[in-house]
Amino acid sequence: METLLNTKQVNEAIREIVKQIKSDIPAHTDIAIIGIRSRGEILAQRLNTTLKGHFSGRLLSGTLDITLYRDDLNEPKETQLAVRSTEIDFDITDKLILLVDDVLHTGRSVRAAMDALTDFGRPRLMRLAVLVDRGHHEYPICADYVGIKTEVDQSRSVHVHFTETDKEDRVTIE
Amino acid sequence: MMGGKRKSKKFQWSRKHLIGLSDLSRQEIEFILDTAQGFEKFSTRSIKKAPTLRGKVVVNMFFEDSTRTRNSFTLAASRLSADVIEFSKKASAVSKGETLIDTARNLEAMGVDVVVIRHGAGGAPKLLSRSINACVVNAGDGFHEHPTQALLDVYTIRRERGSLEGLKIGIVGDITHSRVARSDIYAMTKLGAEVTLIGPPTLMPGGVGNLPVKISYNLDEVIEDLDVINMLRIQFERMGGNPFPSVREYSHYFGLTADRMKRAKPDIIVMHPGPINRGLEIESEVADGPNSVILKQVANGLAIRMGVLFLVNQAATQKGKEE
Repeated sequence: METLLNTKQVNEAIREIVKQIKSDIPAHTDIAIIGIRSRGEILAQRLNTTLKGHFSGRLLSGTLDITLYRDDLNEPKETQLAVRSTEIDFDITDKLILLVDDVLHTGRSVRAAMDALTDFGRPRLMRLAVLVDRGHHEYPICADYVGIKTEVDQSRSVHVHFTETDKEDRVTIE
Repeated sequence: MMGGKRKSKKFQWSRKHLIGLSDLSRQEIEFILDTAQGFEKFSTRSIKKAPTLRGKVVVNMFFEDSTRTRNSFTLAASRLSADVIEFSKKASAVSKGETLIDTARNLEAMGVDVVVIRHGAGGAPKLLSRSINACVVNAGDGFHEHPTQALLDVYTIRRERGSLEGLKIGIVGDITHSRVARSDIYAMTKLGAEVTLIGPPTLMPGGVGNLPVKISYNLDEVIEDLDVINMLRIQFERMGGNPFPSVREYSHYFGLTADRMKRAKPDIIVMHPGPINRGLEIESEVADGPNSVILKQVANGLAIRMGVLFLVNQAATQKGKEE
């Protein structure tokens, strides 16, 4: 296990995402930040806290569980899938949705998230923010706001740790 | 919540059949409840459907009448995008003498993935699960078990109180003929509740002493202590002889009346598996009153059945590749 980002670098990466969002989305926009469970949810909360002062419009937040939309439900898995609740208590139709995940890898989770979200309504715009874009995309999906972009070998996996659920803010490669 | 997810990753749900709760562990029961919670908000979505079981076929084989359970399973399967075949005894070849196993095998030949079965004979779902490859979900068998009802019961209590640990739960009425009572006893005691069965001796089954429960023949003696009271339906259709002298007398001693409610804890949870005999085991005022969670039970039943259909299918996917 090696460290890709230490605590300081994780926070720099988050600041980088915030910088990109601020320069791209006008401050008076109504925006809904939706995190993909589970680490995307925490990143979304962090972004929400940081962006609160920036946006003068309404800032909504929600959490998305994509289990029911995965494309590998008919494949055997190493770990048990756990269905968790999706918490979106507002109508997403005509909103600007900022979808948040910790790692962008194959793009399959984002595909599932987009399908799940469109079952909740028809957003005006959807943007994607990720902490780490590790390359090896399998679907034609790119992130709009990226904390750090790097190439990690296909055989290895990237793990994001946040103080909220883990010991410290850190990104590791295993 | 997040910590819970990491922890549950080590746990593997491996059952492709849900026959009863007697052989399920506490962890398995809690895993079903946690899964069901993910389905609870489905009814408030813009599109009340997910593609999860697309291409799967669920057959509802009901050899006994049912409205709630059958519709609940149909809706649960539909919301997960499965195709549903409705099978009833009267409109099928069973009335021409086809056996249960033959009927099921024929349905299986059409590519059925899940058989939801209700049958008058205890053990029918178990027998079926040994004879076919499809997943089997018990929707009530004889006087044996009704697992999804008990799961929705404990889910509802957990939703109201956070946990069943240490709660005093009374199950009142026709215990002998109640598969709900049996499944409830397993689920509730495994989750840490203390269960008291209450009813006339004629409606207490033999061997009840082997169950981890207390017995009372007098509702008035125990009602003050109860946190939850589950009023069972008097099942006239299953009764031979006269287990009690008259309906009025039963109602007098064991009915949940507004008067009797005055002696219960102010926040007692009132449950009933339905269908209700209003004025017999429960007065309308109580069934429709502020302590009643009867309609919440029905709503939660949908989430439980979606969860169960999801889990058995996942286990079948896993097993299919291993074999």
